[in-house]
Amino acid sequence: MTTTRAPGDVAAPGRGGVGDSALRPDGTLKVTGEFAYASDLWIDGTLFGATLRSPYARARIRAIDLGPALAVPGVEAVLTHEDVPGRRLYGLDHADQPVLAIGEVRHQGEPVALVAADHPETARRAMERIAIDWEVLEPITDARAVVADPDRLRVQERGGIVRHQPVRVGDVASARARAEVVVSGDFSVGIQDQAFLGPESGLAVPAEDGGVDLFVATQWLWGDLRQIAPCLGLPEDKVRMTLAGVGGAFGGREDLSMQIHAGMLALRTGRPVRIVYNRYESFFGHVHRHPAQMRYEYGATRDGRIVYATAEIVLDGGAYTSSTPNVVANAASLGLGPYEIPNLEIDAYGVYTNNPPCGAMRGFGAVQACFAYESMMDRLGAACGLGPVEIRRINAAGQGSKLATGQVIDSPAPLAEMLTRLEAMPLPPPPDRTDLRNLPGGVSQATHGEGVVRGVGYGVGLKNICFSEGFDDYSTARVRLEVAAGEPTVVVHTAAAEVGQGLVTLQAQIARTELGVDRVTVAPADDRIGDAGSSSASRQSYMTGGAVRAACAAVRDEVLALARTRLGAGDDLSLAGGKVVSASAGAVATIADVLGDRTVEHTREYHHRPTVPMDPVTGQGDTHVQLALCVHRAVVDVDVELGLVKVVELAAVQDVGKIMNRLSLEGQIHGGSAQGLGLALMEEIVVQDGLVRNPSFTDYLIPTILDTPPQRLEILERPDPRAPYGLRGAGEPPTLSSTPAIVAAVRAATGRPLNRVPIRPEDLCRRCS
Amino acid sequence: MRVTFTVNGREQVADDVWEGESLLFVLRERLGLLGAKNACEQGECGSCTVYLDGLPVCACLVAAGQAQGRRVRTVEGLAGADGLAPVQRAFAECGAVQCGFCTPGLLVQADDLITRVPEPSDAEIREALAGNLCRCTGYEKILDAVRRAAELKAARR
Ligand code: FES
Ligand code: FES
Repeated sequence: MTTTRAPGDVAAPGRGGVGDSALRPDGTLKVTGEFAYASDLWIDGTLFGATLRSPYARARIRAIDLGPALAVPGVEAVLTHEDVPGRRLYGLDHADQPVLAIGEVRHQGEPVALVAADHPETARRAMERIAIDWEVLEPITDARAVVADPDRLRVQERGGIVRHQPVRVGDVASARARAEVVVSGDFSVGIQDQAFLGPESGLAVPAEDGGVDLFVATQWLWGDLRQIAPCLGLPEDKVRMTLAGVGGAFGGREDLSMQIHAGMLALRTGRPVRIVYNRYESFFGHVHRHPAQMRYEYGATRDGRIVYATAEIVLDGGAYTSSTPNVVANAASLGLGPYEIPNLEIDAYGVYTNNPPCGAMRGFGAVQACFAYESMMDRLGAACGLGPVEIRRINAAGQGSKLATGQVIDSPAPLAEMLTRLEAMPLPPPPDRTDLRNLPGGVSQATHGEGVVRGVGYGVGLKNICFSEGFDDYSTARVRLEVAAGEPTVVVHTAAAEVGQGLVTLQAQIARTELGVDRVTVAPADDRIGDAGSSSASRQSYMTGGAVRAACAAVRDEVLALARTRLGAGDDLSLAGGKVVSASAGAVATIADVLGDRTVEHTREYHHRPTVPMDPVTGQGDTHVQLALCVHRAVVDVDVELGLVKVVELAAVQDVGKIMNRLSLEGQIHGGSAQGLGLALMEEIVVQDGLVRNPSFTDYLIPTILDTPPQRLEILERPDPRAPYGLRGAGEPPTLSSTPAIVAAVRAATGRPLNRVPIRPEDLCRRCS
Repeated sequence: MRVTFTVNGREQVADDVWEGESLLFVLRERLGLLGAKNACEQGECGSCTVYLDGLPVCACLVAAGQAQGRRVRTVEGLAGADGLAPVQRAFAECGAVQCGFCTPGLLVQADDLITRVPEPSDAEIREALAGNLCRCTGYEKILDAVRRAAELKAARR
């Protein structure tokens, strides 16, 4: 096999242990254009795979005629569900999604047939010639209606509701009678897309043993494998998975896209097959963030103490189960945020519809509720005559507080302090109106400063870290230490997906710190080692970080034992700077001398503490591994005449337990905050009758450098004693809190209620309404 | 059709090019120059940005035939005999690269900016990079990197 490009080792040269701003080991490859992304893989003789998708949100397939497509010169295979070698359904936890549609389609873009051809254009022409006799049906698209009548409005046989999770604490009825102030609100969140820049893509290579080698961009190699192998009708050891370069993920690669399809085409044609989605197809190729409709009511004493809260949260999961049950659990357990509320009733629902399928996206079920509960906090503050920081501080949870689930927060959660610090940060100066670029609308000259009003708003977000509800999402790491060219060298191997977040950097940092060695190589992630779990839920620093540390510790113990035997040294040994160091006698030998030609290698699994599922009736239980907080302040300028918003500054305070790498951590906070900005102001997949109206970067807008303001960060380190190095997962919390902060700032500037995100110009401008 | 043009200083010939193919497709699929990226193929993201006769363009919007007889410079051609170009060094050092899918296009665009404007203000940087989407970084480290690249370039002059 001659790959012109394949994933390779990334050598991590130079220094940089835990806590240092070590540079990405793959940085040079990425700035020279040599880094091999999934869409860059190529082997001679590769065919182009393409996917024919449903144009309808709901329809029956009466007949398919493949003949004309097969007759196109250059076409090597045309496949339908009848050609699926094994199980015809797959799914993350619940297999209900057809590999290719079986007699009916349940959402627009559902895959129906596959083509492999010698040129993408040949494949496209062949797809045009696949003749399908459709019977178009009325789609089910109203999630609230499904909650009301789940037996009649069925997209799936099992009924309309994926999961209903209630949470019940205390006595809401009697608290309501006591409350001095009551506020309520209806809120909704549109469908957000992950919009990672690297489209879904990968390469499948048929192997001589009848199996297939898959090079794919994914968040979870083993999660993929467990779904792919049964569908390809192969044992897991005949499907070999290697992580190809991933161009961002944000949850959108937790579900499968082209993996099984490419495998089927490769097995059928006996040739390598590459599938690369374009942007249009990518909008249909992955699940999105669940849209939500929410109804909240809070009661409080006059001085602002919340005495009860109720919340109903309806999440539209689209046609298949995907991760909706877990998204519902997050919405339910985190649905009131990090506040102490003695009496509460929450009902979170996930439903099936014929709208676009939804699943994981950064923030995972906590984002939607966060917009609602933070809007409620502002509303309550206003009703009690208290400012946004004050009302939050009064009700702030902390270490020792109970979540809605009854779980006690048992590690630092310094919310009140974070708010105080945030409020103390300096505010940006008023806009310099002599430069139009500082005003909403910028150089399009929408305004010269007239009608521009400034607003400031605050937001708080609470996110669970790692998988919850009894899931044992362990990670596995293998660490090898040997002498190469006279120098001790470490190789770290895991199945954990580097998706851009910097996990490769961190793995090398941990190995350097634990083994006192400079030269570290991170081997390509693949399934020749055990599961590492998914690169999601902000969990990889914790879980794979924990596994790498444990494997390093095992290696270190063996090296030190060796040193004691060989040198007769004492018990006070450690490894540092390439040497075996005795606390009493200083450096006693080099690691290279102790090792000689020996290789020391250990593999370790790392498990987090056990959790339990939410009680199906009361929602109670210790369901989460770890919790993380971020708070944001947004400053905006709004042109109230035209409804244009310019975010002037975002300021954030986040507690991360331990700063493992400040450079990449700041990048995570900046990027997460920008995605929250997108949800606040511009990002929405617009759906009408189940059909997506804007599947392109022309019409689905993500923040550009002009939309994204300077960000001011303060990062706290309050260690979690249970977590490796005391760290707290950090990638998701800023995505939660930036959205409500920005909306609150726009409310402050305009006085509009703004119960829906993203905010549209017509929600703002005086003349439009 | 056959297309002949110069890429990173070397003459290249692509045969059997279908009329509908873009410059980006020819660079990536026919010449094996995979540095320029394909995030949208619609002119919206800038990940495919290359120099065409010295001007940054979206290679996905240029028909392959339009490159006939012209000079193309891609991210693979940014580094010189003296190592990485200032923009490349600065992006790697400032944390401006996460997944890196936007990086090749941003590097070409930023290289063009600091060539034209030796000391760009933040407003100028934002304006110049407004056509390049990055989903990972929130752009803060990209701004740092462009400022730093300008310094590095000035130091080399
Ligand atoms: S790929 Fe050319 S602009 Fe996006
Ligand atoms: S680094 Fe991922 S898109 Fe910019």
